[in-house]
Amino acid sequence: MPSIAKPTAIHPSLHRNELGLTIRDYEGSMSTLCAGCGHDSITAAIIRACWEISLAPHMLAKMSGIGCSSKTPTYFVSGAHGFNSAHGRMAAIATGASAANRELTYIGVSGDGDSLSIGLGHMCHAIRRNLKMLYIIENNGVYGLTKGQFSASADVGSKSKKGEPNRMAPIDSVALALSLGATFVARSFSGDKEQLVPILKAALSHRGFALVDVVSPCVTFNDHAGSTKSYLYTRNNMLKATETDFVPPASEILATIGRNGAVSVAMHDGSVVRFKGVPPDYDPTDREKVLDYLSEHHGKGEVVTGLLYIDESVPDMHELNNTPAQALAKISFEKLCPGSAALDALQEDFR
Amino acid sequence: MNPTQIGDPSYFHKVVDCQWACPAHTNVPEYIRLIAQGRFTDAYMLNRESNVFPGILGRTCDRPCEPACRRGRIDGKPVAICRLKRVAADHRGEFKDRLPKIPARKNGKRIACIGAGPASLTVANDLMPLGYQVTIFEKNNKPGGLMRTNIPSFRLPASVLDEECQTILDFGVDIRYNSPVTSMRALLQQGYDAIFVGSGAPRGKELDLPGRRETDRIHIGIDWLESIAFGHIDSIGEKVLIIGVGNTAMDCCRSSRRLGAKDIKVMARRPRAYFKASPWELEDAEEEGVEIVINHSPRRFVVENGKLIGMEFERLEWDAKAKNAKVIDTVFLPADDVILAIGQENAFPWFERDLGAQFDKWDAPVVDEKTYMSTREGVFFGGDAAWGPKNIIWAVEHGHQAAISIDNYCHQIPVTDRPPYGMNLVSQKMGLSEWSYHNDYNPSPRQKMTHVDLTERFKKLSIEVELGFSPEQTAREVQRCLNCDVQTVFTAEKCIECDACVDICPLLCLTITRDGAEEDLRQRLSAPALNLTQDLYVSAPLPQTKRLMIKDEDLCVHCGLCAERCPTAAWDMQKFELITPYAGRAACCAQA
Repeated sequence: MPSIAKPTAIHPSLHRNELGLTIRDYEGSMSTLCAGCGHDSITAAIIRACWEISLAPHMLAKMSGIGCSSKTPTYFVSGAHGFNSAHGRMAAIATGASAANRELTYIGVSGDGDSLSIGLGHMCHAIRRNLKMLYIIENNGVYGLTKGQFSASADVGSKSKKGEPNRMAPIDSVALALSLGATFVARSFSGDKEQLVPILKAALSHRGFALVDVVSPCVTFNDHAGSTKSYLYTRNNMLKATETDFVPPASEILATIGRNGAVSVAMHDGSVVRFKGVPPDYDPTDREKVLDYLSEHHGKGEVVTGLLYIDESVPDMHELNNTPAQALAKISFEKLCPGSAALDALQEDFR
Repeated sequence: MNPTQIGDPSYFHKVVDCQWACPAHTNVPEYIRLIAQGRFTDAYMLNRESNVFPGILGRTCDRPCEPACRRGRIDGKPVAICRLKRVAADHRGEFKDRLPKIPARKNGKRIACIGAGPASLTVANDLMPLGYQVTIFEKNNKPGGLMRTNIPSFRLPASVLDEECQTILDFGVDIRYNSPVTSMRALLQQGYDAIFVGSGAPRGKELDLPGRRETDRIHIGIDWLESIAFGHIDSIGEKVLIIGVGNTAMDCCRSSRRLGAKDIKVMARRPRAYFKASPWELEDAEEEGVEIVINHSPRRFVVENGKLIGMEFERLEWDAKAKNAKVIDTVFLPADDVILAIGQENAFPWFERDLGAQFDKWDAPVVDEKTYMSTREGVFFGGDAAWGPKNIIWAVEHGHQAAISIDNYCHQIPVTDRPPYGMNLVSQKMGLSEWSYHNDYNPSPRQKMTHVDLTERFKKLSIEVELGFSPEQTAREVQRCLNCDVQTVFTAEKCIECDACVDICPLLCLTITRDGAEEDLRQRLSAPALNLTQDLYVSAPLPQTKRLMIKDEDLCVHCGLCAERCPTAAWDMQKFELITPYAGRAACCAQA
C-alpha cells in the first residue's frame, strides 16, 4: 500500500477531453493491491479508455463483487457511481441497476473466481440477456485474496507457487461466452495497453454485453516459472489474432473496407471498430470460425488475444423487453405506479 | 540509445537542478532537509562547505539555483532556496568548534591575496587549514570588498558581513588593511610562493555626454554606494535620476530613497523584458515607490549656471526583439542628482604590463578558465577581477578553484591536474513504503518574504528590509522542495514489465518502449519530452521484451511511487551526494 496519496501536480502538457477533463480527473483512490498487480494496469487502461471517449464520470456506474479484481473500481473514476456487491452477484446487481437506469454506462469488474466459480450462473444469464455493459474478467488463474489456490480458469498442468500442477480442466470464459451467444468477446493482456485500450473503448460502445477477459498476472501467487498466467508466459505465448482500432462517432470515416480485406464493423452508437490485421482464415463476425480458431490455438498452448468476436445485430435487454427509453427515475410517479385500478385491470388481462 | 551511465557523477548531479546551476554546487536539497529537521547549525555548515558565506549569500545571492529549480516547472514558483539559506544562518548555533583546525606548524608556503573580497577570503578559507600562510592586502579598513562597498546595509547588515569575514580572518590570516597594492612588481619581489588577484571590478562605467564635467552632482553608482558605506555621504537631492537598470541601479535608487530623495526615476533604454536587474530586486525597488521608466536613452546632462537641473532623453520605439529603435521625440526630466549605474569593469592600473602576464585588447587579464592562472606562472585571478562583474557565488567558486591550483602549483603538480568529482548513492528504503525522506508532495505556494513597514524602513539606512521567514513560513517552504537529490535508480535485470511504475507516475515521466534515436524517443513517451535541457534516463534492454525503460527527468517530483509500486525493487530511491574536491581534499569516491 503506497505511503502517500498520488501527488496533485500534473504534467503541463496534459490534454483535456471534450468535457474539459484531464486523464488525472478519471483516477480513483490509491490502489491497495500488491505492487506489480496486473489489475492496476487494467485500471490504468480503463482510466485511459473512459477519458479518451469523454465519458462523463457521473454517467458511469462501476459494479463489482468480491476478490482482488472487485476492489479495483475504487481505483478509477472516483466521480462515478459504484456498487460493490456480494461475491459473484455483480452480474445480477448490474442487471437490476440497468433495468432501473438504462442511461448509465455500466462497467463491471470481476475476476476468474467471482465470475467463473461462485458467480458463473449470473454471468451466463447476463450474457443471455445481452445486458448492455462492459464486463471485465481480470483473469489470473488463482484466488489471490486467499493466498493462491487454483481458480476455475487455471490451465491443466499450470503449477502453483509450491510446484503442484493443476489437474482440473479450466473454464475458458471466452469459449463459454461464445457458446452462450455473447455478442462481443475479447481477450487481452494487462501488459499490453496498446491492444487493451481500443478494445475497452469498443466494448463501451457495444450494443449489448461486452465480455473482455484480460490475463492479469498475480504478481504474488502466480508469476513464477511453470505458471501459464505469468507475465513471461503470457508474453511468450500471446497470439494477437486481431488488431483493432476504435473510431469514435464524431470522426470522419473515409472507408469501411480497409486493405487486405480488413473488416470494419459499424457500432450501434455510430462509432466504428476497424480490424486492421486479421488472419486470412479468420472472420470476427463468424462465431463458428472463431470457436474453431480458438480451440486450434489453445491446443498449442497459445493465448489468443484481440477483439475475437463481434455482432452488433442482436438487441440488448431493454430492446428485447421493450422498456421505456429513459431511466425509471425520470418517469413520473403516476405513470410508474398507476394505482390499484390499473393493477386490477392488468391482472384481469391474465385471467 | 545507449544505457545512461549513472556511475558518472555528472548524470545525477544534473538532475539536482539547483546544485547543477549553483557555481559552487551547494547541496541544496540536503540543507533544506536539515532545516526541516531544525538542524540549523548542520545546515549552515553544509552551506559553508561550498559557498563559505551562507549568511551573506542568504540575503544577497543572485540565486542561479532558483530559475533552475524543478519546482518552478511544476507550479510556476521555485523553492525560496536563498531565503532558506538565510534561515540556516539566522538560527544556527555555535559552529566555531566545527571549523577545520589550523595547523600550528605551517607548510612554509606564503600566499599573497589582493583585495579582501569573497574570492580572496575563499582562497584563504581553503588554504589556511592546509598550513599555508596567507596575507591579504586590502585598500579599505574593513574586509568584504564589494560585498561591503556595493551592497547597502539595508540589504546586508554589517554585523552579518563582519562575522562571516572574521571567521576566515580568525584562521590566522595576515590581513593588511589600508594597504592598496600599488605595484605588482614590488609585490612579486616580496617572494610569495603564489599571488591571487581578487581585486574585483571596482571601476564604474562612465557616460560621456555633454555636460558630464560641468557639475559635481553626477555620481558613479558604485563609488557613490561605497561613500555611503563608509559614511562619507549621507544626503542627496530631492529629484534623482538613476541611469541603468541593473542590480547596482536598484541599490542606488533604494539608497537614494533613504538619503532623502522624494522623486526617484530609474531610466532604462530597453523594455522591461531586457532588464539586467533580478526580478525580485525590481519588485523591492518598486515597492519603495521608485519609478522605472523604459525606452529612454540619455542624450545630455542639462546644466545651467553650473547647476545640474536635469537630463534630456530620447524616447525610443523598439522593434519586436528590441534590437533596433527609432527615436520618437526628446524629453527633459528635472533632477538634482544623477547616478550612473551602467556597469563596472575590472581595472589594473597597478599591474605593470611587462611582468609576463598578458592583457587582452580590452586590457583585461588573460586567465585560464579552468586553472585561473594568468599567463605568468604563479599569479592567479578570481572573482570579478578575472572576467569582469559576476556575483558573489561565482567569486566563491573561483576562490575554491584557484586554491586548488595554488595548492598544486606550490607542490609542483601541474595546475591543469583537476581533481575529479566523486559521488555517493545510498538507498533510502527503510521498509515497505517507508523512506528516509519526506516523499509526500506538498502543494503549498511559495512563501512571501515579509518586509519592514514602509514607514519604518526609511528611518535609518541600516534597517534591514527583509525580516526573514517566520517558523511557519519556513516549515511550509522546506516542504516545497522536491528532494531532487533522492534519485530514481533503475535496475533493468529486475524488471518484469508489469507497467506499475508507468501507471502510477503522476507526472508521466516513465515509458517502456522500443529503442530509437533520442529525437524520435522524445516524441513517443508517455508525455512528449520537450525540455531538451533535461536528460532521458535510458535503461539497458529489459529482460522479457528487450524494450527500454525510459525516464524523462524533467518533471519528476521524486515522490518515490515508482519504487513503492515496483514488485521487484527494480526502481529504488537512492540519495545522491556529490562529493566536491577542494584544495588538499580529494573527493573520496564510493562508487555506486
